[in-house]
Amino acid sequence: MDAQDLLHRTSFIELGARSRARQLLDDGSFRELIDPFERMVSPWLARQGIVAQADDGVVVAKGTLGGQPAVVLAIEGAFQGGSVGEVSAAKIAGALELAAQDNRKGVPTRALIVFETGGVRLQEANLGLAGIAEIHAGIVDLRRYQPVVGIAAGTVGCYGGMSIAAGLCSYLIVTRETRIGLNGPAVIEQEAGVAEFDSRDRPLIWSLTGGEQRYRTGLADVLVEDDVEQIRSEAIDCFRKGRPPACRSECVSRYLHRLAQFDPAAQVTAEQVARIYGEGFEP
Amino acid sequence: MERIALEFDAAMPARGRSLAGVVGSGDLEVLMEANTSARTVVNITTSVDGFRNVWEAVLTRMLGQGDLPAVRIEINDFGATPGVVRMRIAQAFEALAATPGV
Repeated sequence: MDAQDLLHRTSFIELGARSRARQLLDDGSFRELIDPFERMVSPWLARQGIVAQADDGVVVAKGTLGGQPAVVLAIEGAFQGGSVGEVSAAKIAGALELAAQDNRKGVPTRALIVFETGGVRLQEANLGLAGIAEIHAGIVDLRRYQPVVGIAAGTVGCYGGMSIAAGLCSYLIVTRETRIGLNGPAVIEQEAGVAEFDSRDRPLIWSLTGGEQRYRTGLADVLVEDDVEQIRSEAIDCFRKGRPPACRSECVSRYLHRLAQFDPAAQVTAEQVARIYGEGFEP
Repeated sequence: MERIALEFDAAMPARGRSLAGVVGSGDLEVLMEANTSARTVVNITTSVDGFRNVWEAVLTRMLGQGDLPAVRIEINDFGATPGVVRMRIAQAFEALAATPGV
């Protein structure tokens, strides 16, 4: 992207969840479900002395995408680190279930999930985790009918149980700025020591868990610039391609085979991962 | 966490509703809806305790003249400075004026 392109593009990363959803859907088709004025807030945060947000950090937007019925589920990364609690998880899972029901009735509703999340909201612990499990089930159900497309843009990244949700998507669109991982760098360092993973070493973190590396290693499908128009058109393209021959979660033995090639005693390098994961994958 | 409720005289009730901001670090969420009487009611939930007089001063300067439309305002604050508070409320009033009769 040269300087002129930079000036003319609209950044996706700089937008909040609601604006992201509005920009992804076809012009004028955005209609929010369980909007902030319904005040379906977390019942758990206030009693722990934490200020709640009226939409619990998740925007559910119906509309059309490329002329087809669609629902966008966008997580607000600025609220509690994009963490997923009981209410926000139920909003996402419920929308996925309704989209699958639509498909069973012949309405080809597709879902686009915008991941900007540290994973489960620790203050809601088991209820959040149970909700995330429902999201996983919802994605696996819906992707039998229509592709489920995930977008991880940045800057929070996509972690914890929600990184599993991203992995379950039929297609995953990433930017260079995002990071995807089951555990965040600080958690790995805390549990396994700085020799295992230095959470202040940003080049190391991005080289192993950044969007570009996830794309090189076949764990993401599309690498995009931070540009609203490009992200929207790539999402439409993914839906146009239809269901992939096999989702990543249906190829477990391939991944186990790759994992078996690593020596856990030695620090892996980005190149080594790219080489081993690159085998047999179209980048 | 502290809850603060304030009330001000206002002009004719507004129409519609609007939203501005996010409950993120140094920011706040403003939900604005039409009120039925010529009063503006503000309900604040803030993560920072002990700043009631600052909230009163900031909001009195914005709403104290009673010339803005009557609204119900809910504020969910996550440590916004007075400048950010004023901008978010102004933004919500502007969005309200742009989308009448929702």
